Order: sequence, then structure tokens, then C-alpha cells
Amino acid sequence: MTMQAASTEIASRTAAIIDEMKGLEGPLLPILHSIQEEFGYVPKDALPVIADGLNLSRAEVHGVVSFYHDFRAKPARRHVLKLCQAEACQSMGSDAVAAKVKQLLGIDFHETTRDGSVTLEPVYCLGLCACSPSAMLDGEVIGRLDDEKIEEIVAEVHS
Amino acid sequence: MIPRIYIPADSGALALGAEKVARAIEKELKERGVEAKIVRNGSRGAYFLEPMVEVATDKGRVAYGPIKPSDVKSLFDSGFLTGGHHKRWLGAPDKIPFFAKQTRLTFARCGINDPLSLDAYKSLGGLRGLQNAVAMAPADVVKQVTESGLRGRGGAGFPTGIKWKTVLDTAGAQKYIVCNADEGDSATFADRMIMEGDPFVLIEGMAIAGIATGATKGFVYVRSEYPHAVATMNKAVAIARKAGVLGLNVLSSPNAFDMEIRVGAGAYVCGEETSLLNSLEGKRGVVRAKPPLPAIQGLFGKPTVINNVISLASVPIIMDKGAAYYKDFGMGRSRGTIPIQIAGNVKHGGLFETAFGLTLGEIVDDIGGGTASGRPVKAVQVGGPLGAYFPRSLFDTPFDYEEFAKRDGLIGHAGITVFDDTADMLKQARFAMEFCAIESCGKCTPCRIGSTRGVEVLDKVAAGIEAEKNLALVTDLCNTMKFGSLCALGGFTPYPVMSSITHFPEDFKPAPARVAAE
Repeated sequence: MTMQAASTEIASRTAAIIDEMKGLEGPLLPILHSIQEEFGYVPKDALPVIADGLNLSRAEVHGVVSFYHDFRAKPARRHVLKLCQAEACQSMGSDAVAAKVKQLLGIDFHETTRDGSVTLEPVYCLGLCACSPSAMLDGEVIGRLDDEKIEEIVAEVHS
Repeated sequence: MIPRIYIPADSGALALGAEKVARAIEKELKERGVEAKIVRNGSRGAYFLEPMVEVATDKGRVAYGPIKPSDVKSLFDSGFLTGGHHKRWLGAPDKIPFFAKQTRLTFARCGINDPLSLDAYKSLGGLRGLQNAVAMAPADVVKQVTESGLRGRGGAGFPTGIKWKTVLDTAGAQKYIVCNADEGDSATFADRMIMEGDPFVLIEGMAIAGIATGATKGFVYVRSEYPHAVATMNKAVAIARKAGVLGLNVLSSPNAFDMEIRVGAGAYVCGEETSLLNSLEGKRGVVRAKPPLPAIQGLFGKPTVINNVISLASVPIIMDKGAAYYKDFGMGRSRGTIPIQIAGNVKHGGLFETAFGLTLGEIVDDIGGGTASGRPVKAVQVGGPLGAYFPRSLFDTPFDYEEFAKRDGLIGHAGITVFDDTADMLKQARFAMEFCAIESCGKCTPCRIGSTRGVEVLDKVAAGIEAEKNLALVTDLCNTMKFGSLCALGGFTPYPVMSSITHFPEDFKPAPARVAAE
């Protein structure tokens, strides 16, 4: 599990990212992506630093961070498993896949297993609609999920 | 000649194990002491054959697929490096029926070569369109695109040339080209395939758009769910810049054009053009009211062309072969070709580029080969999560913007999802409302509140609580959402809902009756 960084360290690393990127046109999203890459999440302590660096109000920055599904408020777990729940996957039984994964991991969507190894999230389309049902494990794409592949994934996240 | 082996690195192929196949082939080459060059190409789009491995032989390419790592040993044993016969042998790729029946204009090069080889791109006609464009007056480029009949492939179907003309005619110290690559609709993957399989065609299209309208800066807004596309586009832009395709002097002309790749953050609504612009500016992806049109006040308030990936990627061939060539394909007011993405519960899923005009039945039954499960087709959703569900009785509808509109549907980004007879249309209608509630940007009331109320009312129908009364309420609610929402998210969610209710009324009967009917 990622350790949460101390607030002074967050501030200085955030300031460095802002310095590097604030020359971009519309720099806020690229900055937030970089911060999430750096820390594994967007720490609360980074928000006033961003607001200050881009001459925005804290409320505006909070508004943007909270608008987008991708930005996490807590550190990412070791694994993030995203299961596609959109129509093309539904037509190939994504409901049953989700039910099986939830049962095997003992968690629901948006939850993390007790050992902190994996967070389960729904995703609405990975663009793998001719290879349904699909999933993404830590950025790696997996198509035509079946029982065997599901068990492989579950074994991998628990190892 | 050292044999060349082509193994796709397209996300879809990777999801089906292409990486493991590549590693198995590498290992086998080493063990057998055979020399060969492995090229990682994009996908040609027949996902039922992926991972599809190709070998360049004296007699041309020979394809094999779908290949599992366990097939690799036997592939070598049957002499696949010279096109030898094997149970997975498919022959020349362009003779495979799924490809032979297509008309590939926009996707002419996709999946054939290493997507990041600019030389390979040029060898197959790449950059000829841009070369022509830099020698022409901007207004003539716009005229050619207008005459081609190209319409917005993102879904709205607005004539691309007219959009460009507005930007050309609007004065501005800075203008922008924005490419909408926030391909969030389920059943669509054409944008992803182009970005991963032929990124230079998009770069060329954007440069032409820049030259035609006087814009010097472009942005591609790619969704974060497409990490491979983002990586390929970033590399391709760097290569294009180095080769002088982008920069202060595009192809040594006085025209300047450069571009950046930007990544979204998981908001479906950012596929709507005005919320995409807000997101690019670093704001919440909230929809803007129109007017002002983005063509007049777009990104940072400047005149902006905002086009879908496929619209822009179709421009190079128009500028290469001329408006008349492109316009010659298609029917009615839908000119040219459309990459149809056949997805979901279907036997032959993949991307099928063809002239407008095939009927839905031909697409689903003949090309798609029916369902993957082997059960009868019950419904087909055309145009993504905001598209209508069509029953078999409407399978004679030709694939054309106007023909679909006449039947209360839309072709959208040309994705179609096939469902077999186990689909519960009440559940699908409820999902449409639920999805709208999750993804609503919250700016307008019909979408923000209507979608949540829609889920609740449909739950009542499912529970058999005053079904008739509640269905009337849903219908009324859909009417409000359709006409009262600011953008297509709230405005089009009624399509899947109402089409389910209209075409599949038996699924909306009160629960006891449904049980009795089964």
C-alpha cells in the first residue's frame, strides 16, 4: 500500500509539477494527471498549491477535481480492476462477470478488499466492444472474459 | 530476404492475447535459430480473427488467426514463414470475406504496417492530401471538403465543410483545431483503431484543417480509457514534428501548424463538444449553451473547428483523390463511407468500412453472422448508449443519417450492439437512465433530475406498481428530456428508453404477467 506523503512534501512536489506545466494552454488537467501519477491520487494538500500557482480559487480547483471520475482522493491500491459495464459488454453477460468477481473478491464496486490489494471499479466502455466482456487491470486490457480468465485475474491480484 | 512477421499491438488484439503470442513467436524463433523481423502493426479490425498474425511472403501477405500462444509451435512446424498451410490459415488478408466486402477509404492503411513508420505511411499514399492542400488557397480546400459531402462522423452529421467555412470566415488572431477523441459510446472503437493503427492520417487531417481555416494549433482530446492510443499519438506527433509535417513550415510551406495530445479524465459528457472545450481549458466538463457556436467562440473564446477523429481522418483521402471520388460513394445526403463497428453479442465483430446504404439486416446477419451465442437476435442498439434499440422488424432500414432519423433512431458514431433474445429491454431502458444520471454534467434540470426520476419510475414499472400509469409518466419525462436538455446526453437518452418501450412492450408488462408469460 502506498504511504501517504507528508503535507510539506506534497506541497513541494506539487509546486515542481506546476512550474513545469503552467506554460501549457489550459494546464489544469495535465497538472492533475501528473499529480495523480506522482502520488497515486490527488492529495487534498495539493489543491491550495494548485490554486495559488494558477491564480484560481480553491473552490474552482476542488470543483474540477471532483467533477472527473478519474481523480482519486485516496491513494491507489496495489491493483485497480475496472470491469466494463456498458451495453456491448452487457450483451455478453458483464452482469454475471461482475457478480462473480464481486463474490470472489468479497467486495462491491468502488470498494477495496480488506487486505488493501485491489480496488474494484466499473468503467463505461474500454473500446473493446468486439471483444466483450472486457476489463482493465492496472492499465492492461483483457477481452472475452470467461470463468478461467476471471480466476486468473483474482489469483493475480491476491498474489 | 529476412521474413517479416506482423503481430498487432492494437488494444483489442492485446486484450485477446497478442502480447503472449508475440513472446511465444520470439521464443520459437530463438530456439529454432531462425532469423525474422517482427513488426507490430495495428489491427485491420476483424476482432473475431484476432490475434491475427501475418507473414510477408514472395506471393504477398498470408494471414493466420485467431492465434493462441499454444498454436505457435505448430505454426512453425507447418512452415508459416513461407505461407504454409495450418488449421488457422486464412490466406491473403484482403481476400478474407470480411475484408473483401469492405470499401476502405479512411481505414485504407489501418493495421497494415507499423503505425509509427512515416515511410510506410507515405508508401501507401500518405501525405499526398496535405501536399495538395499546402499548394491551394484555404477557401479552395474548404470548398473541396464541402463538395465531398463529408458530414460529422461523431454522430451529429453536420457538414464538415460548412463548419470549416465558418471558422475560415471568422477573424481571429488565434484559431484552433480540436479533435474529439473522447470516444465514450459503447460499441464504438473506430477512433481508437485509427489512433493506434494509423495515427499519421489523423495528424494529416488536422494539419489540412489548420491550413484550410487559418488555425495554427491543434489539440487531440483522447479519453483516459485509451492509454495505448495516447501513447501512439504522442509518439506519432513527435515523429511528424521531426519530419516537418508539423511545425512552423508544414511540408516546407509557409503554413504553420502544431498540435498536442491531451488526456480526458473519465467523464463521458466530455464527448459533447462544448464540455470538451471546457475540459481542455481546465474547467469542469460542463456543457455550454449554444450560440455562440464553437466555430465562432470556441476554445479560449477563439474560432475553433471541433471535429471527430473519423471526420478529420477522412479528409486526407478527399484532398488526395478529390471531392467527386469520395462523394461517389454512399446514398442520399449521406456521402462517402462509414466505419461501422459491429459489437456485442455477434459472431463476426469488428470494424467494417463501407459506403452508406447497407441495411441493418445485412450488417447484422450477413456481415456480423448473427449472435455469438447462436440464439436469435432480439434487438440492436445503433449509435451507442444514446441510440435507439431496433427490433428485427426494422432490419430493412438503410444505414443513412436520414433513414435512421425517420425511424426515430440515429446512426451516431456508427457503433452497433447486438443483443440476443435473453436481453431484458426494461433493464436496458433503466440502464440508459442510470447511465445518464451517472454521467450528467448537472447543468440542466431535465438531464440532471430527469434521469434519476427516470430510474425510479422504471423501477416501479419493473415492480409492477401501476405500470401503465408509470409508463405514461416515463413517456412524458422522455419528452421533457428530449426537448428541454441542453445537449445530446439528456436530449438523446430518451431514444434507447422510448424505443425499448415502443418496440418491446412485452418486456414492460407488470411483473406477474411477465412471469406468467414465461
